[in-house]
Amino acid sequence: MGAEFVQLSLTPILIGILASIACALPGNFLILRKQALIGDAISHVVLPGIVVAFLVTGVVSTWPMMIGAAGAALIAVVLIEAIKRLGKIEPGAAMGVVFTALFAFGVLLLEQSDTRQVHLDVEHALYGNLESLIWLSADGWHSLLDATALAGLPPELPRLAGVTLLIGALTLIFWRPLKITTFDEAFGQALGLPTAFIGFALVAVAAVAAVAAFDAVGSIIVIAMFICPPAAARLMTNRLEVQVALSVLFATISAILGYVLAGYGPLWFGGVHAVSAAGMIATVSGIILALACLFAPHRARIGATGP
Amino acid sequence: MPDAFLAALMLQAGYNAALVAIGAGLLGFAAGASGTFLFLRKRALVSDAVAHATLPGVGIAFMVMVWLGGDGRNLVGLLVGSAITAGIGLVLVEWIARRTRLAEDAAIGAVLSVFFGFGIVLLTIIQTMPRGRQAGLEGFLLGSTAGMLFVDAIIIAVGGALAVATVYLFRRPMTLVAFDPGFATSLGVNVRSIDLLMMGLVMAVTVIGLKLVGLILIVALLIIPPVTARFWTERTAHVIWIAGALGGIAGYTGAALSASAPNLPTGPLIVLIAFGLFVASLMFAPGRGVAAAIIRHRRFQLRVHRRQGLLALARGEQIFDGLTLKVLRRAGLIRPDRVATEAGIAQAAKVSRDESRWEIARQVYRDEAISGRYDGLTSIEEVLTQDEIAELDRHLGPPSIIARTP
Amino acid sequence: MAAVKLAATEGRAQSPVEHRESPLVIQEMTVSYGEKPAVFSIDTIVPKGSMTAIVGPNGAGKSTLLKAALGVVPALSGTVRIFGEPLAKARARVAYVPQRASVDWDFPTRVLDVVMMGLYRDLGLFGFVRRRHREAALASLERVGMADFADRQIGQLSGGQQQRVFLARALAQNADLYLLDEPLAGVDAATERAIIDVLKSLKAEGRTVVAVHHDLATIVDYFDHVLMINVRKIADGPVAETFTAQNLQQTYGGRLATAHIGQLNLDNLRADAGNA
Repeated sequence: MGAEFVQLSLTPILIGILASIACALPGNFLILRKQALIGDAISHVVLPGIVVAFLVTGVVSTWPMMIGAAGAALIAVVLIEAIKRLGKIEPGAAMGVVFTALFAFGVLLLEQSDTRQVHLDVEHALYGNLESLIWLSADGWHSLLDATALAGLPPELPRLAGVTLLIGALTLIFWRPLKITTFDEAFGQALGLPTAFIGFALVAVAAVAAVAAFDAVGSIIVIAMFICPPAAARLMTNRLEVQVALSVLFATISAILGYVLAGYGPLWFGGVHAVSAAGMIATVSGIILALACLFAPHRARIGATGP
Repeated sequence: MPDAFLAALMLQAGYNAALVAIGAGLLGFAAGASGTFLFLRKRALVSDAVAHATLPGVGIAFMVMVWLGGDGRNLVGLLVGSAITAGIGLVLVEWIARRTRLAEDAAIGAVLSVFFGFGIVLLTIIQTMPRGRQAGLEGFLLGSTAGMLFVDAIIIAVGGALAVATVYLFRRPMTLVAFDPGFATSLGVNVRSIDLLMMGLVMAVTVIGLKLVGLILIVALLIIPPVTARFWTERTAHVIWIAGALGGIAGYTGAALSASAPNLPTGPLIVLIAFGLFVASLMFAPGRGVAAAIIRHRRFQLRVHRRQGLLALARGEQIFDGLTLKVLRRAGLIRPDRVATEAGIAQAAKVSRDESRWEIARQVYRDEAISGRYDGLTSIEEVLTQDEIAELDRHLGPPSIIARTP
Repeated sequence: MAAVKLAATEGRAQSPVEHRESPLVIQEMTVSYGEKPAVFSIDTIVPKGSMTAIVGPNGAGKSTLLKAALGVVPALSGTVRIFGEPLAKARARVAYVPQRASVDWDFPTRVLDVVMMGLYRDLGLFGFVRRRHREAALASLERVGMADFADRQIGQLSGGQQQRVFLARALAQNADLYLLDEPLAGVDAATERAIIDVLKSLKAEGRTVVAVHHDLATIVDYFDHVLMINVRKIADGPVAETFTAQNLQQTYGGRLATAHIGQLNLDNLRADAGNA
């Protein structure tokens, strides 16, 4: 666990943990509001946003891509609302129409423009490249205190750290309004809480998390993080505070175990190469959820499905 | 380019292009028809979960076939594998939604992402496998039309035909379940089986479309055409076949367009054409479209003026509004000197009686649907039944005479 | 369990013949949502040819009881017999009118199509829709006064009109037992009269009607039998004997003001029963 670990594994694991937590936190409220699939929609539309940003600026650089992705998420949400109202279409179908079309548009743009030489390919967009976010300028644990080495940190790390911290802070600060409006929107309105704005802000925060995590774990895996750790936590407890805390725990476990299994698992089986870390993280979170579905204390829906 | 497109449309652009076009057309038709019921049942995004759940099956099938010594890329084998894991995913979505306290959307998202993640893990394993040629499995994500074989088209044609036949066969119980599952149960319909059948159809279409458009884009063909078809009809049976037709058109033209120019991938193009048809329908469908709504609003304005004018005539009031006068004159209800004609008097009396009936109706009916229909225009005969109107008339008494001049 | 069973069956010496003829026999029905029982150990026998009302406060399990009897929700325990047969065999003789709220009224279907859904048992998967099917559906619509609305999309109807269409759908099934869940909830006076007329004509034809009913003031006028429940059965029997102030107090657990009960003209009812 020496220099090699710090160089090759520390940063990917940290980035994985941060990405998972950033998504799991808003995910708690999304699943309680039955809006889990807005995460599905956002993850799909991130692709065209990034491609457009690339085409406009000509470079593969962080800020334009973030803005492009955020812009795409915004456009998607607006389109979904418009279609729901103008067409009187139910939310799930409206989401399906918008994000599949936008995603197809993104793929078309990608193929049309000559992006093959740059690392902007669809596979990467789908499942990221966590294993490559290494810290070559480190040579041991002491590098954590070495300013020059720290300068060589993969930029995804401080970025995700900032985003996760921000999301954590927002969750803490707005805990009560979130809890009230998620549980009983009408009551929240009666209290004078800006319920529409809170709902919108929640989706916006989810989009920010998705965009920030995108580079590390790709768009589709982000959905796993929005849903699986919070869902597993939900089955474990009846208290929102405990649920959110557990979701963070499960997200962290998924990230660490997932990365380790992806990196070292094949070696244990006699293989040589690592497998997709992002895919493995999603799989582990799924296994945790499966265990929760089978054994968690508050999992069951006994009797008929509600009056 | 337009020549190339036309040639492709006429199936003159080469064997591969023709095959792809026909295959895509058939696939689009099957997808549109099969996806309709999940849409009506408000479970459109289950298609997304089912589609993503095919990926691990493809990977496992490949590895099994290679392990058994064969060529891992045998299409039928891969599709069988995809169907198995998609089926498992489907059952899991249903199980999670029914047996745990998680809602259906969480179940869909969980299955979608976890199965897909695991599938990606398998893909990366396969990419490093020394045995068997693994190139081409990524093609199942977004589809690939290069080197489409006749057998591929046959799979689509036969699979699609079976799916469509099943839709036709079970259209009645599926409509019952989609509309009112409680009532369906009371008739003895096994709602759970029918639900699984609806999802199974979607799964079948996904599997046969895996090679051509890929698992991520097939969802578009399962959702967009039914949503589009909804704008054109109020009858479930028609929604099914219009959705099929729209899907077929999108598939066929998309494939033709893609063949006529380089760098135009087939899958995305088909989806974008389907989306284009959707937007066109959203805007221009008569009845439910936006343009129709705007035209209705304009006509509504004119009718309001007509009605207000007639009411004024009935009450003996002066009419000042220019547009009202114009509307009444054009309809022959008043003379140029603003005196009512015979027709005008008759109409005014009718409108006046209608207005009185509405007054009573709005007091009697607390119902949004009735009192909400009062827009100063709709005649009460369009909203209430004969016996309901007779009830109102009892309160009103006989009709009264209208004065001839104000 | 044994003690509960005794209490429930106390004074219930019904002969097997009556059982066989009874359109609906429910024994020890228990249904729960989560861990809360919605309906607990209910026994009742609906007399043939009766108009029976099911009454009780909100959450008393009235809808649940109907749904469990039809297998729409699973019961934790209990048996149901329809004309002496288990549900699976007797479905053809039962028609169900669920609550309006359970349906999406923007669904692409016309009034006539909804009524035709009632003919599904007759049509099956393959059957062609013949003229007689259309005519049967139109006749049902005629009976509820909605024949002119046959081509209307259902979302364009008022609440009362929607309720009539649901009733027409059940009429098309030509059943011997009709189970209705709050058929008069939120409907206008004309619709209420129309529906009651249809139900009374069904009774005149010798069929049996069971309806969850919320308006206590009209029980005496509309129904001849009543089943009063509040999770458990409080009482059942002919309206004259069973719909008493005491039973009402027990059913509604003090939620019903004494003044309200006074408005229900029960004294007149008992007086009539005494004179009958």
